[in-house]
Amino acid sequence: MSINLSKKQQALSQLKGNPIGWEGKTLKQMRQDMDEVSRSTGHYAGLETLPFKEANPIRYEKIFAKLRGGVVHARETAKKVAASPIVEQEGELCFTLYTPEADSVVTSTGIIIHVGTMGAAIKYMINNDYEQNPGIADGDIFCNNDCQIGNVHPCDIHTIVPIFWEGELIGWVGGVTHVIDVGATSPGSMSVGPVSRYDDGYQVACRKVGQDDTLSKDWLIESQRSVRTTKYWVLDEKTRIAGCHMIRDLVLNIVKEEGVDAYKDFVREVIEDGRRGFINQVKTLLIPGKYRQVSFVDVPYKNLNVPPYARLDTIMHAPTEVTVHNNGKFEIDFDGANRWGWHSYNATPVAITSGIWVMMSQTLIPNDRVNDGAYYASQFDLPYGSWLHPDDIRTAHSYSWHFLVSAWSPIWRALSRNYFARGYLEEVNAGNANTSNWLQGGGINQFGEIHAVNSFESSAEGVGASAVKDGISHAAAIWNPEGDMGDMEIWELAEPLLYLGRNIKPNTAGYGKYRGGSGYESLRMVYGAKDWTMYFMGNGYMASDCGLMGGYPAASGYRFEAHGTDIKERIEQRLPIPTGGDSDPDYPEYEENMDAKEIIRDKQSITTETVYENYDLYLNYLRGGPGFGDPLERKPSMIQDDLNEGHLLPRYAEKVYGAVVTQNDKGHYLVDEEKTSLRRAEIRKERLHKAIPAQQWMESEREKIINKEASVQVRHMYAGSFALSERFNAEFTEFWNLPVEWKLTEDELEVPVFGAKINKNPS
Amino acid sequence: MAEYDRRTIEELVDGTIDFYKLKDMLSNFKDKNRFETYLSILQERVPWSDPILLPVGLHLYIVQKQDGSRIVKCDCGHEFCDEKDNWKLHSMIHVRDTEEKMSEIYPKLLAPDPQWQVIREYYCPSCATQLEVEAVTPWYPIIKDFEPDIDTFYNEWLQRPLPIGE
Ligand SMILES: [Zn+2]
Repeated sequence: MSINLSKKQQALSQLKGNPIGWEGKTLKQMRQDMDEVSRSTGHYAGLETLPFKEANPIRYEKIFAKLRGGVVHARETAKKVAASPIVEQEGELCFTLYTPEADSVVTSTGIIIHVGTMGAAIKYMINNDYEQNPGIADGDIFCNNDCQIGNVHPCDIHTIVPIFWEGELIGWVGGVTHVIDVGATSPGSMSVGPVSRYDDGYQVACRKVGQDDTLSKDWLIESQRSVRTTKYWVLDEKTRIAGCHMIRDLVLNIVKEEGVDAYKDFVREVIEDGRRGFINQVKTLLIPGKYRQVSFVDVPYKNLNVPPYARLDTIMHAPTEVTVHNNGKFEIDFDGANRWGWHSYNATPVAITSGIWVMMSQTLIPNDRVNDGAYYASQFDLPYGSWLHPDDIRTAHSYSWHFLVSAWSPIWRALSRNYFARGYLEEVNAGNANTSNWLQGGGINQFGEIHAVNSFESSAEGVGASAVKDGISHAAAIWNPEGDMGDMEIWELAEPLLYLGRNIKPNTAGYGKYRGGSGYESLRMVYGAKDWTMYFMGNGYMASDCGLMGGYPAASGYRFEAHGTDIKERIEQRLPIPTGGDSDPDYPEYEENMDAKEIIRDKQSITTETVYENYDLYLNYLRGGPGFGDPLERKPSMIQDDLNEGHLLPRYAEKVYGAVVTQNDKGHYLVDEEKTSLRRAEIRKERLHKAIPAQQWMESEREKIINKEASVQVRHMYAGSFALSERFNAEFTEFWNLPVEWKLTEDELEVPVFGAKINKNPS
Repeated sequence: MAEYDRRTIEELVDGTIDFYKLKDMLSNFKDKNRFETYLSILQERVPWSDPILLPVGLHLYIVQKQDGSRIVKCDCGHEFCDEKDNWKLHSMIHVRDTEEKMSEIYPKLLAPDPQWQVIREYYCPSCATQLEVEAVTPWYPIIKDFEPDIDTFYNEWLQRPLPIGE
């Protein structure tokens, strides 16, 4: 190892004020040159050919395999250092290798959204001359979780380590874990309480936290005093550092074996190769043209315990127009997205763009070549001042995922229209679930410790239906392709909450010829806690996506909680207690086996901290996925299975699917094919009877718009979109043929307009 | 490069394909001739003879008419409109905008609240197939889902001639 020598050389070099970049450049110069040459040539690093790959294809693939294998291996090994079940059970971590300019070369599996966010953090350090102050040296450790610098939400903590070879910076390695608490206003990693940055928790803005591979004592003290779950914080940080150092060693070994020049050529070419590969995939799988789609999520804050200017009901709006250009370039335009708000669901451009790559890695580019090449082959238009590109540093982001997931889901539908048209039916996916509910909270746990919880049961939701089969039930979440629901026994150790049930939730999958994957629900009873609070976080009043080609969206959300129950007494007296699922919320059964001072069942699926005593109940309902195709085309045998396996409540078999059902003496449901076929023919007639021509309906809807008949939250959403986009406003006015004087502004709604006045968007 | 026989693609269209076969198909590189095989299967199955240029939905196609126009057509034979127009504007619509209409298909607590969101179902005026469902806020313009550039697709990407009627 030449590390001592390189450190000396580097110290000497820095003493002279020599830059640490290649060919005597500063990192800032390297970044500027890279942007310039890539833009002017249309090829990453100006590489019109790939000389290294073409001359040494096997050596090229060998280096790639070593790097990718090593990075994945580092993640697997580091995972074992962690204690937090979020990292250890769910794999909520990821490592990425970057060029000196912060372009990603290769990434591990896991929460790969952070390929982009850590890249943004490194770029921030480069652009802010960290090379001069605080200095970038071999053995340094940097930390970032600031969203507006480069993050999704503050609980994703980045550890970033530079990699030097003989005094020259040859790259960076970044590692990220989703920690369980960052000291926000309410316990848990993705608080609902925050409405501004200053409630969002501990913010570390690209700070040097260690030197000579050792964390500084002041950092260790301050950071641990700033969060609730100290022990997990420390072990997560060790996890990230261990992974980063493994990858640094890996890179240095490859440089030793292959030579530094070969390594430098390789990292350039692999990104240009990634760019070309992406365009190739676009031309193989897609069709040039335009694709439009939309999604929404509810923000029901009117009656929530938040500051007065945040108390309003509103809706987040994510319209997208995807353009597949003739040359294979891929563009996504979010024009019409509405204004950011005083809630913790705002997003940053890097969260949106990186997140879309996470999705793409599961569909359009399903291979190990995910790097910044794809980024160079695409374009994103993100309106300034909107929830996905705030024009104000005060915004909160702790639960950015409330809408990120649903904002991308329609893009999956856009891609699916392409796949369907080209006959790649196996790739079609109707969308993804809103990945909620998030069970979160904290207090003093069953071991008497200050604690916070965030149940990652939500990493197993219903998957969207495909064009050839049903979506997979309780299976996945878009943000971590490797996640799973976790073992109940582990969650019971991590949380002072016992399981009274974990069941498939009927009717949560979007109906269709192929239905979405079903969601599931866990009934949790508080046990052994002191000073315990919890809250709910998910969509409630709205389904956050559509179905595809005749399929329905997945069900929306609701909450169930019970306080002051008599379950303790019932257990002592050996009487029945509530167990299993809340299978049919129209006919609740839990109440039959308990008395409680307060039972809440409603659609307010976002709440702030509520006090829970032992033996109180909390229902964690994880959503289903959207459906594909007309439900009347579903095979009777599949409906029969749905009924017998608990995916569908019997009374909807006929209403939704037109199935004529009987039950045998063993309670088994049978679908009569012949009668079903007759019933379906009748339903088709009924459809045409109750429906009206679309243009006739538009007339009546137009009247409602002219008279401004809609709830405040609906009008607030449109007003927030109109304020940011003249184009969206004009298209709306044109579609509904509205009089020119028709206007809708935020000011006229008699709701708080804090933050809307600064409006830095010139439109 | 994978290749699949016609029967496999038929199984895919019918949803009868074996799970492991499907899984291999997902993992493998795409087959170049898929579009050609797929189109010919669909053309064989529709009860009319206008050449299909592009399938745009589970039952919808952009087809070539003899007079040179391109229209959106349902497999039942219903002709919606020119390909440039939005077929939804020429469909029958049913809007679930009350709690009663929502609870026909979802338990009450699992349904969207019509004060926030409505469900719009678009049916073919002839065969009454539900062709698309939108879950949107009230007032939302009817979405034009798809505007393919068929000429570029055939001429530049596929580099094959457009199907023309006999
Ligand atoms: Zn029809």
